[in-house]
Amino acid sequence: MTNAPRRFALIQRLLHWLMAVCILAMLFIGAGMVSTVAPKYLPLILVHKTLGFTLLILVLIRLALRLYYGAPPLPADLPGAMKLGARLSHQLLYGLMIVMPLLGLGMLWAAAYPVVLYGGFQIPALLPQSDGVHTLLWNAHVYLGFAFFALVLLHVAAGLFHALVRRDGVFETISLLRPRNRMTAAE
Amino acid sequence: MSLSGKLPRAGLGSLVLIAAVLGGGVVAFAYTAGWLSPGRLTPERMIEAFAPPSGAALGHRRNHAKGICFTGTFEANGNGAELSRAKVFEQGRYQALGRFNLGTTDPNAVDATVRVRGLGLQITAADGEEWRTAMINPPFFAVSTPQAFHDLLIASGKKDPEAMKAFIAANPEFSAFAAWAKTAPWTGSYAEEPYHSLNSFIFTDAKGRDRTVRWSLLPSAQPVPVSQADLEKRGPDYLEQEITERIRAAGPLRWTMVTTVAEPGDPTADPSKAWPENRRKVQVGTLIVQRIEPERDGPCRDVNFDPTVLPQGIRVSDDPFPAARSSVYRRSYDLRAAEAKDYPRTGTAKP
Ligand code: HEM
Ligand code: HEM
Ligand code: HEM
Repeated sequence: MTNAPRRFALIQRLLHWLMAVCILAMLFIGAGMVSTVAPKYLPLILVHKTLGFTLLILVLIRLALRLYYGAPPLPADLPGAMKLGARLSHQLLYGLMIVMPLLGLGMLWAAAYPVVLYGGFQIPALLPQSDGVHTLLWNAHVYLGFAFFALVLLHVAAGLFHALVRRDGVFETISLLRPRNRMTAAE
Repeated sequence: MSLSGKLPRAGLGSLVLIAAVLGGGVVAFAYTAGWLSPGRLTPERMIEAFAPPSGAALGHRRNHAKGICFTGTFEANGNGAELSRAKVFEQGRYQALGRFNLGTTDPNAVDATVRVRGLGLQITAADGEEWRTAMINPPFFAVSTPQAFHDLLIASGKKDPEAMKAFIAANPEFSAFAAWAKTAPWTGSYAEEPYHSLNSFIFTDAKGRDRTVRWSLLPSAQPVPVSQADLEKRGPDYLEQEITERIRAAGPLRWTMVTTVAEPGDPTADPSKAWPENRRKVQVGTLIVQRIEPERDGPCRDVNFDPTVLPQGIRVSDDPFPAARSSVYRRSYDLRAAEAKDYPRTGTAKP
């Protein structure tokens, strides 16, 4: 632990914020597109599929970086329950970032529906059509989508709590900006 | 450094801010999902509008519920390549899969009670790229907009005769369709019907030039008019029996695919308006229907003939229907796939 980094590597921080924006967009686009019959439905779902697939690739890169660089330790004075909560919620967030795009792809494959991304890029189907599989994946994509949004909100609340209330340097580990007032454990 | 020691300094303000961010997030999400806008035309509302008072037929398409599968070939003659760079227009033979159907929400409807007949078609290029289209036999659509179609479903479902009157007053374009429904001759065969895309699409040629088009399948079989009463006497499922028998007896059936090219000023966004007769027409190929199979275990059952599944070289135009249809067909597919146990397959096929 002694040579653990004080902050996430720059590339990790960049990816965190880039993906944060994109995932929030994905959640809103998803919820918006399934509730409209307007012409914007088509560009929305095209972006949803294309961005969702891109995020799948990004999260794999991100996990590799995470294994390589590791993560800064949480403050020593953080209560055990909060540390556990942080670890579990981050694992869940990673899990959802991987699973959501896979469910989206699988759902379309199981519906015998071609997956064509922006620019006409077509992803070959890896699953045969199946009513049962389609229904399972569809339900999972919808309900885990809501769970994802709830978890992101919780995560944002926790992040802001660290930044504004506890001011314990946790937010600075992921922030893109240089920390203004360096926190020390003694402060 | 305890939590309680920090709170006063950070102030209540921070907690309020955090609560506001969360609350704002939830409200924004709820708004986006349409939960705060009961007036929004959602695919759910469209699907509900189709449902008869007794409820939808579970496991079946929410519209055009009665149908029968076919397989065959699309033979492109190469003329289409001049209009669109889509691979299916290059001279050659491509796999075709489709479904003859009736525009009804009742999979057991009596054939002679359903005015609109349709054809769902999927053509697959050699590399697997798909083109799906769902076409019907009237020469123009009943209404100008998806919202008007919703209103039509609601009005025609009401017992109150004033409802339809009010609808027609608000959507005068419907009278042309009503006249067609009343006067156009009926035929006794799916094989004797033309099928029209009605919606317009944009073809892009190899040089990148765009043209707005509609397409039709014109039957090579000669239409033989029958009265609705005579058709009714032939039995509730006559059309499916007839098409099966016709192919058994006389071999494959053919339709010529004709694309019509719009000229500037033509109503490309309104499928209730036919284009002038003298528009340029290009015959692009022939649909050859070789084999009929019942829907229950047939290959068309699991296909969503979403008119926005288009190959490179064809895209949607300013016609608002294809997007609306795509959204609603997706929902219909989700529902009927989830209800598959209510429309069980007979066996040997897949689970
Ligand atoms: C869709 C949005 C987001 C997702 C999916 C997400 C995901 C993650 C994940 C998986 C981690 C753990 C990194 C690791 O240990 O490898 C993390 C860390 C963090 N995130 Fe987010 N995040 C999102 C948005 C946000 C936002 C909007 C904030 C702002 C408050 C934020 C603040 C933080 C903070 C402060 C950390 C550092 C935690 C630590 O040092 O252990 N995140 N995020
Ligand atoms: C981070 C990744 C993703 C997130 C967060 C996400 C989120 C969502 C959400 C919130 C919905 C709306 C669910 C509802 O209210 O009914 C949705 C629907 C959908 N998503 Fe995704 N999605 C992701 C990736 C993908 C991918 C990669 C694809 C396909 C390539 C995809 C395809 C779809 C489809 C087709 C629907 C409509 C489902 C239906 O009702 O038939 N999604 N998504
Ligand atoms: C906003 C307007 C429309 C709505 C809401 C609508 C709705 C539907 C629905 C829910 C289905 C069942 C889809 C499935 O489960 O696979 C369907 C099928 C069909 N629709 Fe539409 N439709 C609309 C406009 C049109 C138009 C303009 C045409 C013709 C040009 C058309 C032709 C067909 C045909 C032929 C089928 C049967 C396809 C098959 O065999 O699977 N529809 N429609």
